[in-house]
Amino acid sequence: MILGYPLLSVAIWLPIIFGLLVLATGNDRNAPLARLIALVGAVLGLLVTLPLYTGFDRMTSAMQFVELKDWITHFNIHYNLGIDGISMLFILLNSFFTLIVVVAGWVVIEKRVAQYMAAFLIMSGLINGVFAALDAMLFYVFWEAMLIPMFLIIGVWGGPNRVYAALKFFLYTLLGSLLMLVAFLYLYLHSGGSFSILDYHQLRIPLDAQILIFIAFFFAFAVKVPMFPVHTWLPDAHVEAPTGGSVVLAAIMLKVGAYGFIRFSMPIAPDASHALSGVMIALSLIAVVYIGLVALTQSDMKKLVAYSSISHMGFVTLGFFIFNAYGMEGALLQMISHGFVAGALFLCIGVMYDRVHSRQIVDYGGVVNTMPKFAAFFMLFAMANSGLPGTSGFVGEFLVIMGAVKVNFWYGFAAASTLVFGAAYTLWMYKRVIFGAVANDHVKHMHDLSSREFMVMAVLAISVLLMGLYPLPLGEIMHASVNDLLVHLNTSKI
Amino acid sequence: MNYLSTLFPAYAEMFLLIMVSLVLVVDVSLPKHTRTLTYLLVQLSLLGCSLITVATHTMGVAHLFNNMFVDDLMSDVLKLLTYLSVSMMLVYSRSYLMARGLFTGEFLALVLFATLGMMVMISASNFVTLYIGLEILALSLYAMVALQRDSAVATESAMKYFILGAMASGFLLYGMSMIYGATGSLDIQAISASIAGGTAKVNLLVFGLAFLVAGLAFKLGAVPFHMWVPDVYHGAPTAMTMFIGTAPKLAAFAFVMRILVEAMQPMMVHWAGMLMVLAVLSMAVGNITAIAQTNLKRMFAYSTIAHMGFMLVGILSGSLEGYGSAMFYAVVYVLMSLGGFAMIMLLSREGFEADNLSDFKGLNQRSPWLAFMMMLLMFSMAGVPPTVGFYAKFSVLNAAVQAGHIPLVIMAVLFSLIGAFYYLRIVKMMYFDAPESHEKIYIQPDSTLLISINGLAVLGLGILPGALMNVCAASVQQSLLLP
Repeated sequence: MILGYPLLSVAIWLPIIFGLLVLATGNDRNAPLARLIALVGAVLGLLVTLPLYTGFDRMTSAMQFVELKDWITHFNIHYNLGIDGISMLFILLNSFFTLIVVVAGWVVIEKRVAQYMAAFLIMSGLINGVFAALDAMLFYVFWEAMLIPMFLIIGVWGGPNRVYAALKFFLYTLLGSLLMLVAFLYLYLHSGGSFSILDYHQLRIPLDAQILIFIAFFFAFAVKVPMFPVHTWLPDAHVEAPTGGSVVLAAIMLKVGAYGFIRFSMPIAPDASHALSGVMIALSLIAVVYIGLVALTQSDMKKLVAYSSISHMGFVTLGFFIFNAYGMEGALLQMISHGFVAGALFLCIGVMYDRVHSRQIVDYGGVVNTMPKFAAFFMLFAMANSGLPGTSGFVGEFLVIMGAVKVNFWYGFAAASTLVFGAAYTLWMYKRVIFGAVANDHVKHMHDLSSREFMVMAVLAISVLLMGLYPLPLGEIMHASVNDLLVHLNTSKI
Repeated sequence: MNYLSTLFPAYAEMFLLIMVSLVLVVDVSLPKHTRTLTYLLVQLSLLGCSLITVATHTMGVAHLFNNMFVDDLMSDVLKLLTYLSVSMMLVYSRSYLMARGLFTGEFLALVLFATLGMMVMISASNFVTLYIGLEILALSLYAMVALQRDSAVATESAMKYFILGAMASGFLLYGMSMIYGATGSLDIQAISASIAGGTAKVNLLVFGLAFLVAGLAFKLGAVPFHMWVPDVYHGAPTAMTMFIGTAPKLAAFAFVMRILVEAMQPMMVHWAGMLMVLAVLSMAVGNITAIAQTNLKRMFAYSTIAHMGFMLVGILSGSLEGYGSAMFYAVVYVLMSLGGFAMIMLLSREGFEADNLSDFKGLNQRSPWLAFMMMLLMFSMAGVPPTVGFYAKFSVLNAAVQAGHIPLVIMAVLFSLIGAFYYLRIVKMMYFDAPESHEKIYIQPDSTLLISINGLAVLGLGILPGALMNVCAASVQQSLLLP
């Protein structure tokens, strides 16, 4: 508890309190005030997470900034927070993107502004809670609670088919979560009445039980990642969500699922992870190759980026389940990089959608003629999405491919195909939208980035380049925690 | 010490009986057009009862009237919650009933009589007392449903309620007489001792038990004895539906505890199996049928059936943990259902019932605060954290896992997922759809305050559920530690 106050609690509750304040401004007559409070909340929310970075001890894999209080004594549930080198990065990423989303929705959102901003701020606090929780029930409460604002965001501000998408999103995730709850109950009994995640990491569990636990967790986390057979909610949700919703979905929400794998599935059920790694790798590779091909055929830009997200997240799960340091660190870097790149791409699509009100590729063409600055930024993010060296997309993919080749050449080969497909679908889309002659009157009347949009794009562009050229600081932070995770994974817990 | 002062554990019941008589007398002498004084008198009686219950509370267990009556922690807690729930129901339904000309002295007196019946049920320690309490409650409820006598639907549902209720009472009496035949007593402790001592005839016991469980299932509305629930919920005026759907569930919980657990704990192998069938069927039929409803009151009826199934899962786990969680579930259920029915009444106007799902369309645009409260209530019923409904489901599931009923738990989880759909649909209508009417919603300030407290309690208890859980666990524990 550096600086004398509970940093993690503040990181969780400050955005939520500001969210409630924004909500209290009421209807759209007070929209400017709502925007202002939301901005202050988002900026403060980001500032309070910075000491987590500066005060972080890189040498240890133990939990830091720990807070421990009794919560529900009847079930021995504690309000237990703490972060390691993995979760810290995601809290920063989340707080950063909350600010981006608030700024990006500044003028675009016109109806029910207060509720929109409040939903994002509250969700931001809840997601910080997910990453910081060290008690399984606390984790579960945050995990489920964050569905509610997302459900409303998709359903209230989304596109034409929003209701279907929102319900699908909610019910898919709820199914997985409930199975996870059953697994927690089993672990609670098996550990003699504890909900502490760190206690679970030390628990000895027979193989058949481990496999059942792994499967229960798999449903919860795979739906969120999303992995191949349970991915179908994502394109619908993305397409119908407002820009801010898509950004948060891609940048943060998907990471929560992957984070679940490394915090729960792998250390609690390492033997099951090894036993089922073949299946996991196969599903990951299907996501990488098959979904990559699916992305190629999309005519809707948001859908294309959504499928590309699934394909990139396939890389992440592949990196986890090859069980070596390259794969693990590559996967984590890929998660962060994908957060920036996919978030930026959704913002780019949002910028165009705000002007033309279409996401169809055919409705565009020659945008570079009317929006040159925008075209340049879009180019950078498209390149990063296809994994160009020098951008953040390259580092993670490269490490994962290297790790995969060490295990089996063909895994690496299949994974590497993404460099081809990824470039194909992203750049082909870019070409059709940006280059060529001005396609129609709508495009002719597009105006280039406003200074607010320019600022958002510039910040993201700098982050993408910085991560690509100098990823070392990120690696340093996660190194100790990753090694610890690998030790857990390689000790049998039967 | 004179005789009267030894009766202090039953002071609350006596006080209420005096007050009902007073209400009846006072009401006759009041002018026709206003019932404010009667209403205040009723609220005052409930307040007085709670003060007496708190004042006469002791840590021990007291038996009265030759063991006919018991006063323990569980009875005190359940009674307090009953007063609270009845009082809230009166606040919510006042303007609704006034608009329909149903806010009469008879109604208020019947409410108090029903409350008295519930108190007797909760404190019963003998099958006869149980039955008397049940009948005081049931007869008052039949009359309340029938109170709107110019409505054909209400009269029909009162008739249905009466006939099926009478049949259930018959089942119960038949079961009780079998138990009497097997053990030679109607006293709960004596029955328990006789079964444990092995002197009772097991065949006769099981036979009687089957009838008792059927009667209980009727009263709880568990499948396949649920047919009356949707019709009565739908047909009765919403205020009466709210009354039937809330406080009596607490009494019914006490009823189940006294009969199955306190008297017949050694027969658990037999009744747990019966309850399991009831629980699974209730959760299945309740949740699946609720999806097809377009009337909100019918939907709540099926959702009640499903909730009762869930509560039975806690009881059939057969452990302290299980009974405690079932009690917690019942309390939470009452809190949520009060809010849910209140919302229907608050949106209703003179000559208009807001009991169709489509009446909730676009509520967020008409009244964001009410929509937010309803959303909290719906997420709580669906069992989504951070609302208290989640902890209710969680503690029941935990007890069932401890008892080793894993397949049952998986089924319960799947049915709650199905259940989540129709609760979500209401949230969807309120937030995603455009309103069908833009008529201004006018609500009395006391109702607004109460629904806010109600909704926020669902959230607040969800963030800090520990205290209520401990109270439930302690109550159950004490009533089971009887000699």
